[in-house]
Amino acid sequence: MTVVIGFEGSANKIGIGIIRDGEVLSNPRRTYITPPGQGFMPSDTARHHRAVILTVLKEALEQAGLKPADIDCVAYTKGPGMGAPLVTVALVARTVAQLWGKPLLGVNHCIGHIEMGRLITKANNPTVLYVSGGNTQVIAYSERRYRIFGETIDIAVGNCLDRFARVIKISNDPSPGYNIEQMAKKGSQYVELPYTVKGMDVSFSGILSYIEEAANKMLSSGQCTAEDLCFSLQETVFSMLVEITERAMAHCGSQEVLIVGGVGCNLRLQEMMGVMCQERGAKLFATDERFCIDNGAMIAQAGWEMFRSGQVTELEDSWITQRYRTDEVEVTWRD
Amino acid sequence: MAVPEFLQTAELLKQGAEARVYRAEFLGKPAIVKERFPKRYRHPTLDEKLTHRRTTQEVRSILRCRRAGICAPVVYFVDYTSHCIFLEEIIGSSTVRDHIASAQQSDSGTEQKLQQLAERVGQILARMHDEDVIHGDLTTSNMLLRHSQKDGEPELVLIDFGLSYISALPEDKGVDLYVLEKAFLSTHPNTEALFEKLLKSYAASSKKSSAVIKKLDEVRLRGRKRSMVG
Repeated sequence: MTVVIGFEGSANKIGIGIIRDGEVLSNPRRTYITPPGQGFMPSDTARHHRAVILTVLKEALEQAGLKPADIDCVAYTKGPGMGAPLVTVALVARTVAQLWGKPLLGVNHCIGHIEMGRLITKANNPTVLYVSGGNTQVIAYSERRYRIFGETIDIAVGNCLDRFARVIKISNDPSPGYNIEQMAKKGSQYVELPYTVKGMDVSFSGILSYIEEAANKMLSSGQCTAEDLCFSLQETVFSMLVEITERAMAHCGSQEVLIVGGVGCNLRLQEMMGVMCQERGAKLFATDERFCIDNGAMIAQAGWEMFRSGQVTELEDSWITQRYRTDEVEVTWRD
Repeated sequence: MAVPEFLQTAELLKQGAEARVYRAEFLGKPAIVKERFPKRYRHPTLDEKLTHRRTTQEVRSILRCRRAGICAPVVYFVDYTSHCIFLEEIIGSSTVRDHIASAQQSDSGTEQKLQQLAERVGQILARMHDEDVIHGDLTTSNMLLRHSQKDGEPELVLIDFGLSYISALPEDKGVDLYVLEKAFLSTHPNTEALFEKLLKSYAASSKKSSAVIKKLDEVRLRGRKRSMVG
């Protein structure tokens, strides 16, 4: 049996999870929530993580019913992400690894999402749509790499949603995306927005500028409601995502789709992807907010795979990096 | 006869991400019919707008290319109700993708031929961009080589203008090349030098290439070094 503990804190979530051979023993998490109209700044986020990380660690061990001696390896997020929060979490991981005398393992955050999705859904070799606040990628595995077939050429889809939420002052609790999703259910009027697909790539910055410019005007003139805007924004950006996923599937001849990342728990996105899959005779795999949104178990799971394939990170190599592409990692645990 | 009934008798070649492609005969000529069927995952208003826009853009770009002497299929007929385009079938052709793949497998004497082909592609794309046509989905599968009856060089034919549009912006042209670069290098491993050749020839053939290549460098940087949080 191999037990791995994973530390994640690359953005505004801090999570610590413990995995034992594919079983999630514990996965507690805290979110740094900012007031409406504000995003989260790196230094404030790091301060939040510093304040709660030891409590979360204690919870993770207690819920799993394990002692430090039972752990085989300490995995942490090496990147990509925000510098200050990453440093905070890596420092704690490094410290406990030395206190407990356990090997360390630096994990690519995106790979964590993919491996967690594969574990939970049992998808074998899916085309992966990875959508979150910082990432928008269509990924498929080939020859020891998760290769990026399509991606955003500017901002991530989650970033577009978050910033739209700030414009019309939607609450960040529990997350702006969740609140947009709930409001969109009450919207009915479809407002046309820019739609930008370039081959298998997408662009969201034009949509954001357009809606930033138009939103308050349209709302104050009574042309449409905030709910209508949420609805139209979701319909537009999700259509783009489903379209590039379908293009990648056609390109690779794939019949499975896995959605991961924070935006991936949006049920409307899952529903649209499901319709596309049905029409192609393909299968959709998705998870809920426990595993879609950043969490510690996903780092533990990717760490588990890496550890079992013989990898460890020496102390002097246990740095972090803000920029770390999914296709930089050699996948040593898959054929 | 209405178009949907006509299609029932046609031979379905493939269902891509975007459309169904049929082979049929149109007024005695061998034709390809591209049918953009409704995508049920999209909002009906958005679907109708996109489908109509893309059908229009596709036809417009093909005509613009043909007027500029760039080979593209002849448009025989367009039906905007069922969103079908009837196109000339490019007889006796193979994709550039298959051509490169088979040339890479056979070892001798193909190197120079491939370089000539890359140069040819660069020239054609330069001419297309000088006409302000942005293809939008450049891949080696969307370029055909038509082998003429004579022994001459095969003709390069551009197809699938479904995501195309008209723009004079260097940014749009740069992204067009960036899309091709990614598709080219992921489909054909170890062809960096060949693609470099293509770009050189593009730069030499287009009047406005320096701004476009500069944008291409910018877009590449955006892709590779973009900070990725979350």
